[in-house]
Amino acid sequence: MAETIAFWSLAVVLVGSALAVVLSKNLFHSVLWLALALTGTAGVFLLLEAEFLAAVQLLLYAGGIITIVVFAIVVTERLVGERITQTNRRITAGAVIAIALIALIANAISQQPLATTTQSFTTDLTRTLGEAVLTRFVLPFELLGVLMLAAMLGAVYFARPED
Amino acid sequence: MNMGLQAYLTLAAVVFGIGLFGVVTRRNTIGILLGIELMMNAVNINLVAFARFSGNEIGMIFTVFTICITVAEAAMGLAIVILLFRIRRTVTADHLDLLKG
Repeated sequence: MAETIAFWSLAVVLVGSALAVVLSKNLFHSVLWLALALTGTAGVFLLLEAEFLAAVQLLLYAGGIITIVVFAIVVTERLVGERITQTNRRITAGAVIAIALIALIANAISQQPLATTTQSFTTDLTRTLGEAVLTRFVLPFELLGVLMLAAMLGAVYFARPED
Repeated sequence: MNMGLQAYLTLAAVVFGIGLFGVVTRRNTIGILLGIELMMNAVNINLVAFARFSGNEIGMIFTVFTICITVAEAAMGLAIVILLFRIRRTVTADHLDLLKG
């Protein structure tokens, strides 16, 4: 019963803030609503008993990405702002495509006999994740390090001060 | 009463559709990137839900990797947006049409 209440309240928060992200006229407001959506996703991770992922989500997503998006908005803000509408003319086509996609996926989901009870892991997630990342998935882990280094170098080079 | 896998997958599909609507509709390039972030979040919810409901923890390990890759992609995308703003003085996606035929 508590899980049902938690799921529905998190679903309302997540879907509502996602709608506010894509429909808001002010870009700053969109970023704040995105922060709420990312926190809602962390709540969904907690509901799915993935505590480490909820912490990673809050740290990296709701902390990191929101910060860099806010900085990018501040840097690219025109001083003489053109008051253009934030959405282009393809609103109806976009809405039709999005609703059609959601209906398609929901239909495909409802026709499958999916699991209804959660399965618990043998060990806790943090230990399993730490061991797997260093033994079984060490190659993706190292490649991820290289990728992040390359991304950081690229971002620093792109956004360097003009000479 | 537990919420089944179907509920989590439907939630992820709805958030994915909303993110897709944002990507298609937004004029500001940073707004498009916000829609992409919503789609990535929906994918992560999907991965974690499947991992939890099948007892296989590999889905959650994969989610850590996708979160890190998304952070790298967001940083790169925003650096490109900043550079584009420096050169073209606009971030409206409609005005960035140099490659248009």
